[in-house]
Amino acid sequence: MEVKIYINGIGSISAQSGDLFSGDSARIYQENIFQAISPNYREFIKPMALRRMSKATKMGITSAKIALKEAETEVPDAIITGTGEGCKKDTEKFLENLLDQNEKLLTPTSFIQSTHNTIGGQIALNLSCKNYNVTYTQNSVSLETALLDAQMQFDEDPEIYSILVGGVDEISEKITSFRKLDGQLKSKSIKNLDLLKEDSTGTITSEGAHFFALSKEKKQNTYAEFQTLFIKNTIQPENINEEIEAFLKQNNLDSEVIDVVILGNNGDNRYDHYYKNLQQNLLKNTMQLTYKHLVGDFDTASGYAIYLAANILKSGKIPSVLKLNDIDSKTPKNILIYNQYLGRDHSLILLSAV
Amino acid sequence: MNKGVAVTGIGVISAIGNNTGENYRSLISGKHGISSPEILETIHKNLPVGEIKISNESLAEDLKLPKNHSFTRAALLGAFAVKEAVTQSSLKIDNETGFISGTSVGGMDTTETYFKDFTQGKTENSRYVRAQHPGFTTEKIAEHFGITGFVSTISTACSSGANAIMLGARMIKAGKLKRVIVGGTDCLTKFTLNGFNSLMILSDEQCKPFDENRNGLNLGEGAAYLVLEAEEELKGKPVLGIISGYGNANDAFHQTASSENGEGAFLAMQKALKIAGISSESIDYINTHGTATRNNDSAETEALKRIFSKNLPDVSSTKSFTGHTLAAAGALEAVYSLLSLQNEQVFPNLNFSYPMKTSGFMPVTKLKEKPINYVLSNSFGFGGNCTSLIFSKNGG
Repeated sequence: MEVKIYINGIGSISAQSGDLFSGDSARIYQENIFQAISPNYREFIKPMALRRMSKATKMGITSAKIALKEAETEVPDAIITGTGEGCKKDTEKFLENLLDQNEKLLTPTSFIQSTHNTIGGQIALNLSCKNYNVTYTQNSVSLETALLDAQMQFDEDPEIYSILVGGVDEISEKITSFRKLDGQLKSKSIKNLDLLKEDSTGTITSEGAHFFALSKEKKQNTYAEFQTLFIKNTIQPENINEEIEAFLKQNNLDSEVIDVVILGNNGDNRYDHYYKNLQQNLLKNTMQLTYKHLVGDFDTASGYAIYLAANILKSGKIPSVLKLNDIDSKTPKNILIYNQYLGRDHSLILLSAV
Repeated sequence: MNKGVAVTGIGVISAIGNNTGENYRSLISGKHGISSPEILETIHKNLPVGEIKISNESLAEDLKLPKNHSFTRAALLGAFAVKEAVTQSSLKIDNETGFISGTSVGGMDTTETYFKDFTQGKTENSRYVRAQHPGFTTEKIAEHFGITGFVSTISTACSSGANAIMLGARMIKAGKLKRVIVGGTDCLTKFTLNGFNSLMILSDEQCKPFDENRNGLNLGEGAAYLVLEAEEELKGKPVLGIISGYGNANDAFHQTASSENGEGAFLAMQKALKIAGISSESIDYINTHGTATRNNDSAETEALKRIFSKNLPDVSSTKSFTGHTLAAAGALEAVYSLLSLQNEQVFPNLNFSYPMKTSGFMPVTKLKEKPINYVLSNSFGFGGNCTSLIFSKNGG
């Protein structure tokens, strides 16, 4: 029998620090690369440790601790992390020193911290957690692979009770800006909230961390039930409706039970057709929401979509800044999240109200 | 005892050979692959490495890639090894065929080559901008073989390849995939060579795993992949071996160093034995992590003593042949573990002279023939990441 999995805690750090669900308005950015808003890291990490940590690690540990605290979990039975590009700032720092100094007189600190599993390892160290700890780095399905692993862990091992799963990505000065060279970023600066009005190539990017405390136990303050997910590397544009129908069918569902769909439109006119095709066909009569105009697109941006879905399911509120169409859903029960990047690494996540 | 997951194909390329047969012949004849860097452009020519002496151009030609391909060296080596594994298992690649690859730095070789160009806004090689993503290298390999379904990358430093094998085995067991290619790839880069050099854990001679006078590791490069298939898909196919156990734990001690008593390693081995449903006495050979750094070998020895107490089975580190191939190491050593089972041989630990004073620990130093039913393989990485895999004979 498959185990039911609940989201009992969420830590979210992104370029939107306000609480949209309490009526805070969305932050506006005028640049195509913008930073996540840092909370007070000192509340979560000792100053000595904090000094050397990159933003990715700080955001990761902090959002992980927020999620665990909310779920009242001290040490999870597993820590599973997703990150597209890992600790990019440390990578860039070590690489630049190496090139500038022609491989001479290098200090190891940034190399040590550059490995992709630094975030997961540092969370383990911070919590003294010796349990299962793996990091996935598959572009836009990095966090999704971590969730898949968590789902399997719950099914495999009856002793697994709680799992910490999250996605983290940071921007770095140079490597992030290289995305201007291969068309990943828009060539002209735009206002983030106008992202989906653009008819041009590329997108806008930012950074963030989203950790989720998953548990087998439903609690008073549970956000939502994590139902299932699907990952597929390549989907032909014309097959997107069929693929999603097949996924729903496999889970004994049809498109009518989906009350809300959260789509990953990122304003790139070369690839947004995947979303538009769904908007106009299979999910035409479904309430459609979107979020990358708020937090930018990065490999683990879908963590923000999960944060939104979980909060919608818990509160019943739907901030209007997310809406893509005029269809309303009074009390959403099932939310589907669909994301892809550059036409690859497609994912579907299904969450339900408890 | 648990049923485990069948391996139907293996492929490997390393400094000791371009395919499984060549690797095997080097292992039994004690022929190591440690040399000075020739293909890697570095000022550190004094640091011995396990380098594959085939240029990117030759690898690309062998794979019949178009001139303007965007394969990183890790992708070239990876595709080369996958080709052998797929051919051996006569693998059918369809929607239910997955690909899970471990890599530590992915396409860092191209990132370091073009970093300055990109900084100056040059766009000629912009097809490599995304190479900094480990997933980019994985996708190149997947694309080459027409794998469109589940594709993922694990990056847990030096245990990545072992973790990829573990995830693949779990996905087959859970019925999420029917067939999956699992393993790892890493090439030599200036980034990793200088990184380990700045940590002062590279030896300037051939590495000496478990020796009292060991003074560091040799960096290597390579790729290895296994084809795993669900039981109902086998239909009489030859089975090369079984993945019967796996376990991952975190040392939670230090970002790079292992705890003195090897807690993470101990927990990983304990979990693997539990999944395999066997006791420690059943293990006939341990292919250790054995990097030849002061810290790893003493911590690993402590962990082995805790699991096996006085009945330590035969132990060796094949990193004395290949160097430490980082994310690929767990996959390379999975192939060697399967070869050990198939041929009933324990491969020697080269360059060993003096046992460690603290433990008196003696690895196998000459090829040893004996019945082998279970092999344990260890892979540990930065971030306290510890993984153990257990392989057994088909029907064993």
